[in-house]
This record gives sequence, structure tokens and C-alpha cells, in this order.
Amino acid sequence: MSESKLDLLQGTLDLMVLQTLAAMGRLHGYGIARRIEQVSGDAVLLNQGTIYASLVRLQQRGWISAEWGTSTNNRKAKFYSITKRGRKQLSEDAAYWQRLSDVMGRVLALPEGSDNK
Amino acid sequence: MIDQVRQGFHRLRSFFRRAQQDRELDAEMFAHLELAIEENLERGLSPAEARRQALVRFGGPQQVKETLREARGLPLLETLFQDFRFALRMLRRSPGFALVAIFCLTLGIGTNAAVFSWMEGLLFRPYPAVAHQERLVALTGTAAQDDLSWPDFLDLQRNCKLFEAFFVSKIMGTTLSIGERAQVVTGSVVSSNYFPALGVHPILGRAFEPTEDVGRSAHPVTVISYQLWKERFGGDPQIIGKTQRMNGVLHTIIGVAPEGFYGTFVGWAMKFWVPASMEDTFEAGGYKLEDRGERWIEGYGRLKPGVTLEQAQQEVSAVAKRLDADYPATNRGRGVKLWALWQTPFNNAGTLLPTLGIMLVVVVFVLLIACANVGNLLLVRSFARKHEITVRVAVGAGRRRLLQQLLIEGLVLSALAATGGLLIAHWSSHLLVLLLPVRNGNAMHLPGEMDWRVMALSAAVCLASTLLFALLPAIEASNVDLAITLRSEMAGVVHGRSKSWVRSGLVLVQVSLCFILLAGAGLLLQSLERVRSDSPGFSTQGTLVTAVNLSASGYDVQRAKSFQDDLIDRVQGLPGVESAALARVTPLGYGTFSSAPIAVDGYQPPTDERLSVDYNQVGPGYFATIGIPLVSGREFTRADNETAAPVAIVNETMAARYWAGKNPIGDRLQVKDKWLEIVGVAKTSRYYSMREMPKPFFYVPLRQKFSVGAALNIRTKLRPETMAAALSRELKAMDANLALYEVISLQEQLDRSTSAQKVAVTLTGVLAGLALVLASIGLYGVMSYTVSQSTRELGLRMALGARTPELFRLVISRGLALTAGGILLGAAAALGLTRLLGYLLYKVSPRDPLAFGSAFLILLIVSLIACLLPAWRATRVDPIVALRYE
Repeated sequence: MSESKLDLLQGTLDLMVLQTLAAMGRLHGYGIARRIEQVSGDAVLLNQGTIYASLVRLQQRGWISAEWGTSTNNRKAKFYSITKRGRKQLSEDAAYWQRLSDVMGRVLALPEGSDNK
Repeated sequence: MIDQVRQGFHRLRSFFRRAQQDRELDAEMFAHLELAIEENLERGLSPAEARRQALVRFGGPQQVKETLREARGLPLLETLFQDFRFALRMLRRSPGFALVAIFCLTLGIGTNAAVFSWMEGLLFRPYPAVAHQERLVALTGTAAQDDLSWPDFLDLQRNCKLFEAFFVSKIMGTTLSIGERAQVVTGSVVSSNYFPALGVHPILGRAFEPTEDVGRSAHPVTVISYQLWKERFGGDPQIIGKTQRMNGVLHTIIGVAPEGFYGTFVGWAMKFWVPASMEDTFEAGGYKLEDRGERWIEGYGRLKPGVTLEQAQQEVSAVAKRLDADYPATNRGRGVKLWALWQTPFNNAGTLLPTLGIMLVVVVFVLLIACANVGNLLLVRSFARKHEITVRVAVGAGRRRLLQQLLIEGLVLSALAATGGLLIAHWSSHLLVLLLPVRNGNAMHLPGEMDWRVMALSAAVCLASTLLFALLPAIEASNVDLAITLRSEMAGVVHGRSKSWVRSGLVLVQVSLCFILLAGAGLLLQSLERVRSDSPGFSTQGTLVTAVNLSASGYDVQRAKSFQDDLIDRVQGLPGVESAALARVTPLGYGTFSSAPIAVDGYQPPTDERLSVDYNQVGPGYFATIGIPLVSGREFTRADNETAAPVAIVNETMAARYWAGKNPIGDRLQVKDKWLEIVGVAKTSRYYSMREMPKPFFYVPLRQKFSVGAALNIRTKLRPETMAAALSRELKAMDANLALYEVISLQEQLDRSTSAQKVAVTLTGVLAGLALVLASIGLYGVMSYTVSQSTRELGLRMALGARTPELFRLVISRGLALTAGGILLGAAAALGLTRLLGYLLYKVSPRDPLAFGSAFLILLIVSLIACLLPAWRATRVDPIVALRYE
């Protein structure tokens, strides 16, 4: 595996998609994928195709909605936007991730060999 | 939670909209790639490179699609669906196998479903229009399962708190003349609460009112059946208030019962109902509503919700005990017994219960045999498909998936068979009627019921049998060992390989089950023969019986008496008639004998003995006509009339019991409050049924205990049809309004009384035949498979000098060894099981050697035939080809 790229933890992609849609508004699949790549500074290992599995999941849960439309350069594409329930879920998940990463940060900050010996 | 439900729903929807969603996905992915390529082009890449990079970034489209499908739909359901389609494809590819398997299973499941539907329709839910049948119970006396008396019924009604209601009903008949057509129809005398207690509401008019139970023939009103209303009254919407003459009395039609309600006498569809007060008009033997000793009516109760049969029985017994104390003359030692509806002893439910119970065992056997067949076929197929299965395992099919797929193949088979089976059950739901006699132009009403319970039970049978026949082969097949199965293996006739014991075991089971069925059928057949050829104590040959329904035509006692005298004179004047005599009841018929409390000088009854004896009212010359020999004394004559001293003739059993061997002629017999002089002793005959024990019985002259309704017995060598024509002519000359009942011989009467046995024999015989066919298919299958798998061994033996007869014998002996093993097993089981035939056996030991011997012979012959073709094939093996084989 390329050392420079991060493998995605399960569930994180969903959160990224939700956040992207919340920040950018209406987007098609390619746009979402590109956006995530850009924001991560291309640090995330992403088969762009996997984004669609995430989109299906989120749609089935009612957190995003989709409709066919035309892109800026006149291509027919499916556009996704976040729903009200999606925003609620996003804030819950984001808070969870925040806490988790805080805890992880603190745990990892423990200096080595600092336990009682 | 909500989100999960929503997701589940979406997944389910996706499952059914897969094609459309696949199209959308393609479009979306296409758009994605186009957008990516465009962007790459803008970045200055060459078109080819732009496209390549876009595809690389996207990942493999097929993998993406797969993960998407998993996310989207129901993977389990989808694989099930795939397996289902695959199973159908496999079955289509080997139609011969599929047909045989489905045929066997259809027979197995269909016969089960048919018996379920009969049990449901006749025993468990015999009254489809009635709600909550599970709370209905039947009532009889404890002494001889006799009926209730009206006063006892009223007392139960008053004193029992655990019942919602008691109601009573008595089947009877009348001749209905509407327009041109006269017809004998069955109806019931019922208590006025009959319809409300059953929860049946007339679709037109009203049901009976409580006051209509009271008064002697005071309320000539009737509720008619839907069928009668449609067929005989043309569905007249203005029918309420119209009148119809029945038994000479003009009845007002007050209601029409709903469609599908046939009354509560299992076996006959009632056409009309009248309230209890009309009893006198329809029943012989006088007004019985005030007589506690007259037990003539069939009782039912409806339990309150939650009351058990035991609790209800306790309460009823307590009431019966009080009646015993209060009315010793009529109720001494009498209790009342409750029966679950399916055990109802007094209608055809009771008659058919043992038969249906045995049928249930028989069809389970047939199903097992069918399952063994299909199991064997599947095993053979799994060997044949070993290559396919091995390849599937090799490319990574999981064992669970393989098992699932093979089970689904089995399920497809049995589901197809179950569909066919339900059709069979549906077609045979009226089959029982065909096996039972038509009386006076009325066929019996014995419908099977195909309700959801029967369907559910059949589905359960279908699932259970799938597990039975498919699980073993599936496990066998999914146990493939790649290393071994990639080499091919051979089997031999003598040294079979490990799996052949399973197949042989299945055949063993089939043969043994088949033996049990054949032996059982043999026993029943012998019983029926014995019953029918046994002497009932009167002569069945050369005696005809018929009746003229005088009460239906409104004759009063005086007119009836002179008519009867005239009739006997005319019939005795007919050419070919030796003698003719009237009797109120014909033995072994449906009619019930009168019964009365008796006392004998010098006989001290034990305190618990119910001193009540059945009797018949008979005319002059009855004993000579029907052929019951008199042991001593004389026949009744015309001189024994109303004005003469009352006399009686007792049977031998009665004389022995109450006079202890002394000749009773000249002694007195007290019947109720009257003293009769005994003038004769008759041989004991059969009265109610061929299987009864000899019972005390006496006769009184018809004239001294008169009944308008009476059966006409004629001693003649003429055929019934000839006699019927002559009688009709005479009758027309006497009174054109009278209808003659059918003329039958007493042998016919006897045969009809054994119709339940006939049903049992016919059904067991047919099913045992089916079982035989199935088992021989099984044996044939195993033998021909063994031969086909042993081609090389056979070829080798032939090359080494074995001759044709030796090979032939080799195969045959293997087949017969299987049969012999099965017969041994079956005989051992049958020795224990045939006792269960119990009541249906008549003067035949459950271990009768003839029945067992013929079962043995039949099986032996059939299995010889089943082995012949495979054995012949074995001798045709070409050693050269065989040795090159594979």
C-alpha cells in the first residue's frame, strides 16, 4: 500500500460525503469525490467508484436526496443534496468524531514509558 | 431504528426494481467518467491518457457495481432468488427426474392434504357457517351413549353456569311436494334457541322464538335452508309468510338460513328446521316433550370462553346427579357425558372418526414412502452431479451456499408437488360421498374443508418432507472432498460403496411401510367380507324392505290403521309375494328403536342396572317374513289388536337374563305401567349394528302400541325393482298422494350399515396400492442405478466367464434381499400396529396369517417385477464396452 495515502475507516466516507454536501450544497457524484480529494490534499486513498455505495446508503437512510439535473458544462448527471435529517445526523456524527479524535489525540500523546514502573 | 426500517424498506424496493436501478447506475457512472475525462482534457492530457486516468481513479466498474448491489438490495434474498432460478433450470434440464419426483411427492402431499381436509370438514370444523366451533361440545347419556330427553335438556339449560347455551336437534324427514315434484327431504326438530346459540342469523325473516318450544304441535313454523329456498322456491324474495305443507300440517316459512349452513348433523344437509313443539308431527311415538324417559334428541352445548371440557363435565355431572336423585324412575344411574365436537358419537363424525384416524396414519406412510423415493432420486442425481458440484466447490462456493442451493432445489420440487397436492385434495373433497350409499335419493353431505388451517398444515408437510428427502442428499453432496472426487470411482453390485447403504436403507423402509399398509388393507378387507357375509339373525336374502310415509301425507291414526290393513292384504295378494308384515323400525337401519323401563316378577335388578330395554312394534307375521326363528311360543296375529290382552315376544338374551333359563311364556312383563303377557321367545338377532353384543330386546304388536310410520317388509324372490313397480301401482290405486320409499333388500340394508368399514377398506386399499407403486418405483430405481454403476464389474465378471443366468440371479437376489429385509421389518412393525385397527376389525385377528401372507406374496411378486428390467439389462452388458468404460 502506498505509504502516503490513508485507508478509510468504515463509516468515515459517509461522514465526509455528508459534510461535503452540507458545505457545498447540491453536487454530483464526481464533484463530491473530487471535493473530498481536494480537501484532503489528495491524502485519502479513494476509488472514486466507492463513493456511490456511500451515496446509496445515505439515500436509503433518508439523509440525502437525489435528482437528475444538468451540470455546468451541460452534462446529464445525478445531483445530491443533504436533507434536514441528514444535517441532524451530520452534527451528531461530527460531534462523535470530534470526541473520538480528542480522546485518540490524548491517548497517543501519552509519552512512552510514562507508566509506573 | 426508524432509519433502519427505512433502509430495509428501500432495500426491499431495490430488490424488485433491480433492472431500473442498474440502468440508472450505468448512466450515473457514465456521467462520472465523462466529467473526469473532460477535466483531465482541460489539464492538457491526451484523450487516451485522460480516459485511462479517469478509469484508474474510478476503480473497476464491475467491482463498484457489485459493492453497490450489496449496499442496495437484499443479498440473502438475491442469492435465494438465484438459487431458485438455478433450481428451475436444473429441473428443466432433467424433466424425467423432475416428473417422477413431483409425481411421487404430489401423491404423498395430496393424500395428506385430502385427509386433513376431511378431518377439518367432518371432525374439527364441521359447521363452516358457525363461529367458534372450538367451544361447541356434544352431549349424550353415559349409559349407552344414548340421547337426551327434553326435560333433562331444560334442567341442564337452567342449572349450568359454565355454558353459554345448550341446544338440541333431531334429524327427521318429510316428503315435500312443491309444484309437480315430490321429494324426500331431511330436516331437524330443534330447540328454539338453536340459531342464536350457533350464532347463525337467517338471511331473510327470523329464527325461532322461545315461546315456539311450548305446546303440542302449536307452532307450525319453519326455517328453510338456503339451498331449498333457491332450488325449490326459486329464490323467491317474498317467501317469508308463505306456507308449505309438511307431514300434513301447513307450516309458515318464517326464515331462510344463510348459504353454507347445513345444520348440525354431520353427513346430511338439512333442508328445513321446525321448533321442538312440532316434534309430535314429525316423530313417531307420540308427544315426548313432557316425558323424561323418552331420550330422543341429540344435545349440544356451547361453553363460555375459557371453560375447559373437564370443568364443564363436572358441572354437568353434578346436575345429572341431582336429576338422578329427583327422578329415580327415569334417571337412576344415568349421567350425562360431554364430547369434544370431533368425537361426537351420534352423527357421521362418530362413524367416520376411527376410519379417518387410520387414514391419517396411512397417508403419513404414503408420504414417507414418497419421500424415500425422492430422496433416492436426489442421491442418484447428486452422484451424477458430483462433477458440477466439485467444480463449484473448487471455484469457491461455500458449503452453506451449496447446502442452501440443494435444499432450495428440494423445496421447489415439493412446492410444485404441494400445489398439485392441494388440487388433488380439492378434487377429492367430495370423494367420501361417492363411497357411501344414497338413501331415498338423498346423497350424503360430507364435504372436506380447504381452509387456511388445512393449507398451513399442508405447507408444513411440504417443508417437513423437503427436509426429509433433501437434507441427506444435500449433506452428502456438500461433503465433497476435492482430492477424492477429482478421481472417478466405481461401485459394485456386491461390494457396494459406503453410500449405497443409505439408498438401500431407504428402500428397506419403503418396503416395510408398504407391507404394513398391505397387511392392514388385507385385514380390513377380510373384516368387511366377514361382516357382510355374517348372519344378522334374520334372513337377508329374499326379504325386501320399504316404507310408505303416511305421516308425511297427514294420515291420522284411524285412517292409518285401515290403510295398513288394506296395504298388507294387497301386497300379500301380489304374485311372487310369500308374506308381508309391518314393523316400526327396520333393524340395522338409521331409525331408532323405542326403549322403555321394564320390570319382571321375581327379578331383583342390581342397584346400578338401568332396567330399560329396547323394543320394536311389529305387525302379524313379522317373524316369518323377516326370517327370525321363534324358539318357542307363537307369532303375533291380527287378533293381537287394541281390544285384546297386551302381549309381548322377548328374545333369547332377554329370557336368559331376566328369567334365568326358565321358559318365560305365560309370565308377565311390566313395560312402563302396563303388564304384558309373554307369548313367544325369538332368536336374538342384530338390532343396531353387526358388531353389537347380544342384547335384550322385545317385540310388541304394532296395533297395541301404534305408530303411523312403519316399514313394510316383504318376503319374496322378486327383485327389488320388480317389486317397486308393482308396489307403486298398488299405492297409486289406494292413494295417489302417497310416495313409496326406495325398495331395498335386507342385504343392502346390512351393507349400508357397514359403509364406514367400506370407506376404510376402499381408501386403505387405494392408498396401499399407491404405496406399492411408489415402493416398486423405489426398488426399481435403486436396482437399475446399481446395475448402471456396476457396468465395469459386470463386464469383468462376464469376461471372467460368468454366464447370463448367473448375472441375472446376482441382480435379482440383491433386489430380493432388500425386499426380504423390508418385509421382515414391516411384519415386525405390523404385528404391533394392526391392533390399532381395533373397532374396524370384525372377527379377524389383528395378526391374521392370511392378510400377512398375502401382503408378503404381493410384495414379493411386485419386487420381482421391479428387479426384472435391471437384471435383464445387467445381462446385456458388453464386456468389451464395459471394460473400456470411463
